[in-house]
Amino acid sequence: MTAWSLGEGTLDSFPSRLLDPALVRIAEKSAAGERLDLADGLACLQTSDLLGLGSSALAARRARYGNKAFYVINHHLNYTNICTNACRFCAFHRSPGSPEGYVLSPDEAAAKIAGAPLELKEIHLVGAVNPDLDFSYFLNLLKAVKSAAPRANLKAFTAVEIDYIARRGSISWEECLSALKEAGLSALTGGGAEVFSERVRAELFPTKISADTWLAVHDTAHRLGIGTNATLLFGHIETLTERVEHLLRLRDQQDRSGGFQAFIPLVFHPGNTRLAHLAGPTGVEILKLIATARLILDNIPHIKAYWVMLGTKTAQTALHFGADDFEGTIVQENITHEAGATTSTGLDRREIEQLIIDAGFKPVERDTFHRTVPSL
Amino acid sequence: MKLDQAVHMAESGDRLSFTAAKVLHEEADLLTLGQLAGTARFRINPDPVVTYAVDRNINYTNICTAGCHFCAFWRAGSHTEAYVLDDEALAKKLEETKALGGTHVLFQGGLNPDLDMEWHQDRIRLVRSFGLNLHGYSPPEIHFFARRFGLRIEDVLVRFIEAGLSSIPGGGAEILSDRVRRIVSPGKATSREWLEVMEAAHRLGLKTSATMMFGHIETVAERLLHLVRIRRLQDKTGGFTSFIPWPYQPGPHTINGRPAGGTEYLRVTALSRLVLDNVRHVQASWVTQGPRIGQVALFFGTDDLGSTMIEENVVAAAGVSHRLSREEMVRLIETAGFEARQRNNVHERVEGTA
Repeated sequence: MTAWSLGEGTLDSFPSRLLDPALVRIAEKSAAGERLDLADGLACLQTSDLLGLGSSALAARRARYGNKAFYVINHHLNYTNICTNACRFCAFHRSPGSPEGYVLSPDEAAAKIAGAPLELKEIHLVGAVNPDLDFSYFLNLLKAVKSAAPRANLKAFTAVEIDYIARRGSISWEECLSALKEAGLSALTGGGAEVFSERVRAELFPTKISADTWLAVHDTAHRLGIGTNATLLFGHIETLTERVEHLLRLRDQQDRSGGFQAFIPLVFHPGNTRLAHLAGPTGVEILKLIATARLILDNIPHIKAYWVMLGTKTAQTALHFGADDFEGTIVQENITHEAGATTSTGLDRREIEQLIIDAGFKPVERDTFHRTVPSL
Repeated sequence: MKLDQAVHMAESGDRLSFTAAKVLHEEADLLTLGQLAGTARFRINPDPVVTYAVDRNINYTNICTAGCHFCAFWRAGSHTEAYVLDDEALAKKLEETKALGGTHVLFQGGLNPDLDMEWHQDRIRLVRSFGLNLHGYSPPEIHFFARRFGLRIEDVLVRFIEAGLSSIPGGGAEILSDRVRRIVSPGKATSREWLEVMEAAHRLGLKTSATMMFGHIETVAERLLHLVRIRRLQDKTGGFTSFIPWPYQPGPHTINGRPAGGTEYLRVTALSRLVLDNVRHVQASWVTQGPRIGQVALFFGTDDLGSTMIEENVVAAAGVSHRLSREEMVRLIETAGFEARQRNNVHERVEGTA
């Protein structure tokens, strides 16, 4: 009852055995250059042949990157946790007036970076929708952080924040992005997408920008030459169909504007959220999503295994299921740790490289634009 | 031997030679190993069922004279944290285990010279009085008692069986290589002595499990030799019910090391399934790997997810602590696409449960 896949471009000497006829059809489609559709995506997420799915995704990953796995020396910074959106899946936000709320002044943010090693390549800067921050704050924030680490690229803000910052400045997204770019912005982060389904949005984050708006902000960024990432927060109330539809919408957007660099599946963590009764996705669900994303997002270069959320062991395994990027050193991760993540808040270069090597891949340092950093 | 020859040997279902196993260990891709192991798993256990147990790991004492260098659990008798479990505490644990639907307890302890045979026999009887099976006394303990009290291995076992011992856990195996044991556990039973206890147990009708703690100072060849030794004894006696590999977890005051990562664990687990063609079950270690990789291991040759571990002290002393309820256990098994079935210490089905 088994069939062999047409493993294109694989470094493995063996065709991989596919036990699920749906996966065989998908492999044939891929080999013929045909794109996968909703039914294919669902078949991937529902398959009982985890390793068959993995081997198809691994072949796609190897065709692009061989045995390389990328990581970046970066530092995550959260400038504020005060937020008016109050999304039900989030443990990080605090209401205006909360004693646990904070805002980092531009100088305070810069101080967190000052003294960072010369090798720091990227600062990942996100916060929340804080009603007390005006447009000039954001410009000053970027300038201050950029001066503190001029060699590092600033990957800052989600589309949610861009939309908010533009409104604070009473300007268009295009004007906003141009001004921020001038102040040091190199790329946008992929957050704030959650799940594009209106049903999920209405239930979990009704005050946040819609899927159309999120995609339009990224469209604008791409047209200005600003690269961005994209995410999917999964393993809560969304259906498998909604997961696949989210991926298809990202693919469509990429066809139009081409600026997505990486897709990052985000594992829902229930701790301290208003969805704490949910369990979050299992290891098998995580690997299936990574593999399905690699197969469907044929036009997005990188798939990230975000070790903070996956855990280092699952992230290592994910490299065999389609992921090619291990994320970064991070240094001080807050958002997922508020929701109960049990991983470290950061890893150093040596640890990341060793994890990648132990997983059977070759670690390659990259920058924000996914260019290889030459080793010294 | 070339990789494709080793792969074909594994696929055929014929016994895997040491050489073929070594080639697979060193050269085969993770997913290839997983697919080969999955085929072997279904050849040996055709039903898409994953078993699990509800039990408790009770450590009757942490006072130990073996002093193994990888262990963070043991204490010297004079230490403030040294303990021997009293009957009241033990009875409470047994009551809780029964209330949670437990079928047995794993009963192990350090090599404590002050507890005599009577003490152990009384404890076994106490556990039995609660209607629980006693899966207890790893080979190093049995060997220690024989030495201490001038008995033969068989005598120790017979007395324990009479008191109600049901099965023996495979602990203390570490790596069945004396080069390794001389360095990491010089105060404990040798490989031969470990195997002798198991052989004696099997001949007396006791079922046992077997384990391997890997990822410290052992070579690949020593890992594979460990598996081959288990396989060889199984050919003789048929008494091993299951095999559980897990990676060494460095902890306070233990030998340095970087714990083997997730993919290394899955590779070794898959290889174990391929080499041990005569051992019915291979168990996933969510205790060391966590529920995510523990579940993923169900696709790398394992057919059992171990125990809900109402209590676990030894690995936790090294700083690794995961917890799983019965509901979570069943959910992991079912979302992986299998049917969950509760079993007892000798892999009998527990009726009337999922």
